[in-house]
Amino acid sequence: MVSIRSIPSTPSSLTYHDLPWIVEHREDRCQLCGRCTSVCPKECLQLTYRRQRMPQLDILKKRRGSEYKTFVGIRQRTDLDHRCIGCGMCSMVCPNEAIGPAPNANDERTRFHAYQKLDASKRGGRRNDQSSLLDRLMFNRISMLTDPALDAGRHEFYLNTILGRVLSPEEFLRRQSTGEWIPPTREIFPFIIGSMSFGALSPNMWLGLLQGVAYCNEVLGIPVVMCTGEGGCPPWVLKSKFLKYIILQIASGYFGWDEIIRAIPDMQCNPAAIEIKYGQGAKPGDGGLLMWFKVSKLIARLRGVPEGVDLPSPPVHQTLYSIEESVMKMIQSLSMAWGFEVPVYPKISGSTSAKSVLNNLVRNPYAAALLIDGIDGGTGAAYNVSMNATGHPIASNLRECYLDLVAQGKQNEIPLFAAGGVGKNGNVAQNGMGLIMLGASGVHIGKYIMQAASGCLGSERNRCNVCNLGICPKGITSQNPKLYRRLNPDDVAQRVVDVFAGIRIEMKKIMAPLGRSQSLPIGMSDALGIADKDAAEKLQIKYVC
Amino acid sequence: MCRLAMKTASKPFSPYSVLQGMEAMQEGYDGSGLGLLLRGVTFADFKYKPTDPILSGIAHTEASLHRLNDIMQEKGFTLKYDHEFDTDLSLVEAKDRHKYFLRVYNVPSAWAGFSQEKIDQELMINRLALRKNGEDHDNDLTVFGFWPDVAIIKEVGWPLSVGNALGLQDGRILSRICMAQGRQNTNYGINLYACHPFFIQGIATMTNGENTAFIPIKEYLSGLHWPGYMGYQSDSEVFAHILHYVIRQLKLPLEAYKHVITPLKTEELLSHPQGKFLRGLRDACRRLIIDGPNCVMGTLPDETAIMVMDSKKLRPATIGGKPGEWALASEMCGVDAIIPDRDKSLDFQPMRENSIIVPPDRKEYKIWSQFDPFPLHQAA
Repeated sequence: MVSIRSIPSTPSSLTYHDLPWIVEHREDRCQLCGRCTSVCPKECLQLTYRRQRMPQLDILKKRRGSEYKTFVGIRQRTDLDHRCIGCGMCSMVCPNEAIGPAPNANDERTRFHAYQKLDASKRGGRRNDQSSLLDRLMFNRISMLTDPALDAGRHEFYLNTILGRVLSPEEFLRRQSTGEWIPPTREIFPFIIGSMSFGALSPNMWLGLLQGVAYCNEVLGIPVVMCTGEGGCPPWVLKSKFLKYIILQIASGYFGWDEIIRAIPDMQCNPAAIEIKYGQGAKPGDGGLLMWFKVSKLIARLRGVPEGVDLPSPPVHQTLYSIEESVMKMIQSLSMAWGFEVPVYPKISGSTSAKSVLNNLVRNPYAAALLIDGIDGGTGAAYNVSMNATGHPIASNLRECYLDLVAQGKQNEIPLFAAGGVGKNGNVAQNGMGLIMLGASGVHIGKYIMQAASGCLGSERNRCNVCNLGICPKGITSQNPKLYRRLNPDDVAQRVVDVFAGIRIEMKKIMAPLGRSQSLPIGMSDALGIADKDAAEKLQIKYVC
Repeated sequence: MCRLAMKTASKPFSPYSVLQGMEAMQEGYDGSGLGLLLRGVTFADFKYKPTDPILSGIAHTEASLHRLNDIMQEKGFTLKYDHEFDTDLSLVEAKDRHKYFLRVYNVPSAWAGFSQEKIDQELMINRLALRKNGEDHDNDLTVFGFWPDVAIIKEVGWPLSVGNALGLQDGRILSRICMAQGRQNTNYGINLYACHPFFIQGIATMTNGENTAFIPIKEYLSGLHWPGYMGYQSDSEVFAHILHYVIRQLKLPLEAYKHVITPLKTEELLSHPQGKFLRGLRDACRRLIIDGPNCVMGTLPDETAIMVMDSKKLRPATIGGKPGEWALASEMCGVDAIIPDRDKSLDFQPMRENSIIVPPDRKEYKIWSQFDPFPLHQAA
């Protein structure tokens, strides 16, 4: 008999039924090889010695009672630091299919214990919200009988978009005749690999992405570009011809920019663009954060900081006093650094104030675009409350901004790019094209690329999502060589290529029935419908049911 | 689907001959309407001076006709000629047609010192005001055009029946250009304003096929807040407005139209002698890129005619004829019916990169290719 007082029940005590994920283990299949315990990123699995009662069924014997046997089993730990995150690496390595995580169908209680050690909880990854308005958009203006539809397989389609300030036709002709400066533009694929920093991603992941992007451009003719995120770019890339596929990001910490500025004289080509990050959809008003354990020797060198220190970026640029002066100055200075030959554009969090930023940019002759990142965007590290509840959904934010430009007859002069939740449930081409028809000139995809190109295990059901801890079990967001060696850059590159080739096909499959092939259907809102009256009214598209 | 027929000739001819061309192409349309635009007009009953504006339209009620008279008088226009059609209303489907009018006016004397641009603007503003007046009165007044030397007729019904209803075979109206289109825009609901050809400040186009990029283009043109860029009861109206924008607002040569609505691909522009300029033009005008299968035919105030295809040539068309007389039609049989006695070896079906331009002298037509150097000094 165990005395009640010795039952370990503190306020923070949890059983495995209280956790988000429950490890299901089949003793009869387990051969105790130990692979699951060694691969578990949270060290949540333990070998334990257990006693099992063996009932005596021999009724002829006089002695009654039970006998016990001792066995070795796998059990999950229940303290929060070592809770199961559902990544499923245990099942991936198990030779006998003896183990795997299952979502807790009951109420999990860990959220009530999120405040620990004088801090609120943080995570990496995503918002953990499976709902997606973009998934519900339908393309329903089908030109089948009113005019012959196009053939997605045989006809030519123009799928690219323009990144860069587009002048009004009158102004373009005027400057052309006087020989004045005409803002630089880039013709790019409208699905852009969004900003994920070289510190957040492992070197193998980054290399794989770049290899894939280069292949898309040079072999398949799909002009994909990728953004570095804050934290610079490896010097060999800066001085290579691959730089033209890279959007360099500058953010509030200016990490990595010493290296970039020093490399300018040796650059063989210009970068695709410069992105100035003022805000991020996943954590508006919060700066980036690279935890000390991700600051490896290489990262420290790139960022010009000591090894193994936390690298928080301030929430705002230190020079930011007002949008008129500092944003303009910053855009102008960065334009000047590359001789006004590289588009420079800001990235902001989705917000009800996005329109005021936009209207300011319209009057800034050097602003090349505006990227709006909605609440469903991902991040390497953020407080839960920022990720869950701070921000603005992208669809209506983008639409309002686009219609604002329409009213001024200036749509696409400042091209709008949208991000935040594109492909969150896997429907990347549909989501992206939906946003394009709502008025985006292109979309940025981050989480989707990690999931599709490198096998990121994270999902909107709070699976894994530990990018912030440097323990990424797939080696995608870790600077630990033991982990990132799991990821082969060639395999990532192959997946990147498959992804963009697939998106290209699906774009044609969407555009052909709509009778569009000559240009990207930016703002073709007559093609969109949604079975939600309120959303239809807000987005000014058709309500269908 | 729509069928297009146009004839341009140095010697004025009856629009009825073009309607017969439409009849030859009858398998291709549903007979839902007719739009006619005559340019270089001659009236048998009146010696017309080609600088006087002609007001074209329909008064659906007697009251609207009186209102029209009052408005024109009030604004200082004096009526010089009121063409009386030999109308047989029993042949017209619609029952609310009080009077089809083609009226020649003298512009107000106050306009004497106006620049040509100002006069053009005033004529358009007056047309729009009359249109608005009709719309405000339960659509009892429809105004298609108010412009020198251009007469426009639009009606619901089978094209030849409409021609018979208006007695067009009597030869009392002749013109050097006749554009005809044989279908109401049934994509968007019957509306006389949705019927081709579309007209703005002397520039007219008609199209077959569907413009699938209509909404973004319409939004862009509307956003320019220029008074004439309105209406858009049809997705094809933007073709006329883009042509107007290219020629009158941007002051680019006619050849630029093709570069704006169907620009060349990037790889094609890379080897084009003016590729850099044309790429910039494509970027700046990318909101005006059309899409869908289209054949566009247009005419300009100087009686130049143009015909272009969409960039996949999904709607082919033919030009044929002889010096001084050319027929452009969406079907070969249309050309045959309009000018049967021609040298068929001169017939041409433009390719996706071609613009067919028939200059005012009509001696021969020009096949201009987008790959040719662009005639613009700025680009040099």
